[in-house]
Formats: sequence, structure tokens, C-alpha cells
Amino acid sequence: MTAAVETGLTTTIHGDRVSLLRVLGPAHVWALGVGIVLVGEFTGWNFAADKGGALAALIVCWIVGLLYTSVAMIDSEVTSTVAAAGGQYAQAKHIVGPLMAFNVALFLVFAYTMLEVSDAILLGDTIVAKAGVEGLTHNSFIAATIVVLAWLNYRGVLMTLNVNFVITAIAYVSIVILFFSVSPWTQGAVLKLNELVTPGNALPYGWIGVIAAFQFGIWYYLGIEGTTQAAEEVRSPARSLPYGTMAGMITLLIAAAMTWYVCASLMPWEYLGITYYPLWDAGKLTGSPLLENLLFIATLLAALASANGCINDAARAWFSLGRDRYLPSWFSAVHPKYRTPYRSILFLLPIALAFAFIADLNQAITFSILSGVLQYTFMSINIMMFRKKWPLGSIRRGYTHPFHPLPAIVLFCLCMVTFFAIFLGFGSQLIAMTVFYFLISLWFHFYRYKFVRRGDQFSMPWPKPQGY
Amino acid sequence: MWMAINYACWGISVLLALWMLYDWFKIDTTYSEDVLTSSREGELEAVSEKHRI
Repeated sequence: MTAAVETGLTTTIHGDRVSLLRVLGPAHVWALGVGIVLVGEFTGWNFAADKGGALAALIVCWIVGLLYTSVAMIDSEVTSTVAAAGGQYAQAKHIVGPLMAFNVALFLVFAYTMLEVSDAILLGDTIVAKAGVEGLTHNSFIAATIVVLAWLNYRGVLMTLNVNFVITAIAYVSIVILFFSVSPWTQGAVLKLNELVTPGNALPYGWIGVIAAFQFGIWYYLGIEGTTQAAEEVRSPARSLPYGTMAGMITLLIAAAMTWYVCASLMPWEYLGITYYPLWDAGKLTGSPLLENLLFIATLLAALASANGCINDAARAWFSLGRDRYLPSWFSAVHPKYRTPYRSILFLLPIALAFAFIADLNQAITFSILSGVLQYTFMSINIMMFRKKWPLGSIRRGYTHPFHPLPAIVLFCLCMVTFFAIFLGFGSQLIAMTVFYFLISLWFHFYRYKFVRRGDQFSMPWPKPQGY
Repeated sequence: MWMAINYACWGISVLLALWMLYDWFKIDTTYSEDVLTSSREGELEAVSEKHRI
């Protein structure tokens, strides 16, 4: 506390400790979750059509929607109780144990950093495609995206998520405008769903195509669970987190349905499954320059919002690992003026840049999805243990999800199907990542854990769990 | 125009990266490590922050 006074700086440190700032509300939680995810409507989901046809893309839209609704409900209950930066990491630490927590934090950092990389590559490629200038590469746009957003995150969480709210809202409204511009209530005028999706081509590869489509169906909603990373910076976690997360999920279900309907009604599945810009292409196909430019800008804004949220979330997860000494405590520094985990933001910046310059979009996306699905699998087990160890009534919950244990069982089963789908498409990456997490777990168990202050890491004032 | 934007992006990236490095150095040399890493999980702002100047 006295450091600021001694050096005569205008910066003040509040209290005896420098902590993250509680300034966010439900709208920021919505902006964080939907901001990370919405890019999936602008690219990614449509590759499901390549795997199984246009109807498969719709089927996985609803089934994966069920998976993520379970994720949102489970997350809301646990996070409204374990309100700490790190989100699922803090949940795993308190409910399962340190080794699971370490792995979950790595899932989070990988999922968000690789998604940030994918967003930056997408943004760069979109600008290069629009420019059509020979010799223009995407490198400068990738660098600017990652560095400018890292700077924004460095300067404070409130401005970061205010920006995210505005650009996410613009991108979302552009989907709504596109939907109503093509007269969705009449077929034949602009939309030709009856001609493009017929009984003969709806499922070209049968039901195995639907299973394979799960891998990219994840993109409709990938990242909504990121809202929990804001737990330590929202003013009222027990109210804001469930409210923001569930509102975000409803928003995304509507956006996913509108996106599929418009795109499947304008493009044959063979093209829809390979284009990188389904919504921008839909804008072009309407013949309206206004819609084409609006969807181009919206694609850029969605990629920016996603990368912005990912930097925020990856830094919080890394910061939490440092704070519990799972990694060197050096990473747990909080900026005394901006109140952000500035060293974690800066540490992850060159890593994201390096991956963005050397990895291709497909690899980055696959690593992100794999880490995400590993995390969802953990969540289904986590909620079962949470309800068993601390039954309803034993501790105060901000939100209690209905129909337990049905959402956990549905989530676990759908995760297994998704793993199988990923194995069909990217089996070697799946095995490589599993080996990586196994080896890093050995390192943590046999080497790193001795540096952890075991008593300090459990911060929740809960009663002893049942059975202990 | 696109090439000009391309160069502007490089310029902005370098400037902001340098600014963050400068600020990082300034903060790390101004405050003690104990203060910078004093954040604790689960503390509510209302409890930890007393607004002493």
C-alpha cells in the first residue's frame, strides 16, 4: 500500500492488497460470453455441412445447443457459488482436487488462446479477401488484432468489455437485419430452401455424417462457458453470472437458427460446407451491396469480439494458476492502476502471435475445440461431485439448475459423441493432445505440486463435504 | 490504400507493444513484488478495499 505513496505516484492502491476490480454487471457477462462465441456463426459451424449435409448442420445445431444449455446451467450453479477468477479451474480445485484443477486451467488457456489465434487469422484473411490486392498478406492484420486487444485488456476490464458489448451487439444485429431482409416468411422470392435442401441431398452421408458434423456443430456455441472467468470482477456474482450466461445462451440459440436458415436457403450444401465466410457470402448472394458490406464488417467485429474475450479469459486462468503457485507466483501480479493481471496478459501475447504466424486455421480451431470438449466432460463429472459433497441446503447457491442429474448425463453423453466425431476427422491431434495432458499432469504431480501452499488454495468458507 | 493500412497496422502494433513493455518495466520497478502479487482468491472488493489513499 505504501509503495505508491513513497514514490509519489498518482496511482493509489486500495487497501492492503491489489485485487481485480469488481466493476462488471450482467451486460458485461453477456458481452464476454456472446462476444467469444458469435464468430462461430460467421465461420466454423458451416463446416458441419461438409461433414453431413445441410440438414446435419441443423440437427447438430439443436443437439449441440442442448449440450451447451447443460453447460450453461451447470456452470451457472457452480460459479454462482465459487465466484473466483479462473472459473472452471477454481471449481475443479474446490470440488475435485488440484490435479484436475491444473488440467482444467490448461484446457481453458489452450481453448481460449487457440480461439484467439483462429479469430486473428480469420480477421486477417477476411481483410485480404476483401482487398484483393496482390502482395498483401494477413500478417500485419493478425499482429494488430492481437496487440491492440492485448493493450485494451491491459488497460482495464471495464473498457474491454464495454467495447465487447458494442461490437458484439452490432455483429448480432447484422444477423437479424440479414434475416429480415431476405423475407424469411416467403420461400422462392430470395430464399430457396425447398430447392437446396431436398430429401435426396439433406443427409448425403446418412447418420454417420450427422455424428461427424458434431465436431463443427460445437462452433455454434463454443466459448459461452467463458462468462465464468469474470466471476471475480462482477459486482454481484450470484446474480450477474447466471443471468448473463443464460441470456447469452438464449441469444446464441436464436442467432444459430437464423444463421442456418438464411445460409442453407441461399447456398448449396457443397459450397456452404467449404466457404470460410457463410454469412458474408449470404450477404453477397442477396445482391444488396449494403448487406454485403454490413456482413463483411460484422465478420470482422465478431472476430475482434471473440479474440478480445479470449485474451481476457486466458489471462484470468493463467493468473489464477500463478496465484495458487501451480505456476510461478510471478504470474499472479495485478496492475496497481488498471487492476488487471498484466503479466499474464503480456506472457500470453507472444505465444498467441507465434501460433498465429506458424499454425493454420484448421489446426488452431481443432486444438481449441479439443480443449473445450475436455473441459465440458470435466463439468459433467464436477456437478455430480458438487451435488454429492454439498447437497442442496448445505451451502448458499445463487442459482440451482433444474432436472439434476439429467443435464450432467446429457452433457457427458454428447461429449463422448463429439470425441468420436473429432477422432473421425482429427484422430492424430486428439491422441497428441491426450499424451500432452498426460505428460504435463505427471510433471505437475511429481514436481510442481511441492511448491503449492496446500492450505491457502481452498478459499471458500464452506462446511466440510459430506462423507469427510 | 490497403498497403497503407497494412503498414499502419505494423506501426500501431509496434507502438502499443513498446508502450506495454515500458509500463510493465515502470510498474515492476516502482512497486514491491509483495504488493503486486498480494491478490487473494475469494476476497470481496467490499472487504479488501478500504479506499485508503
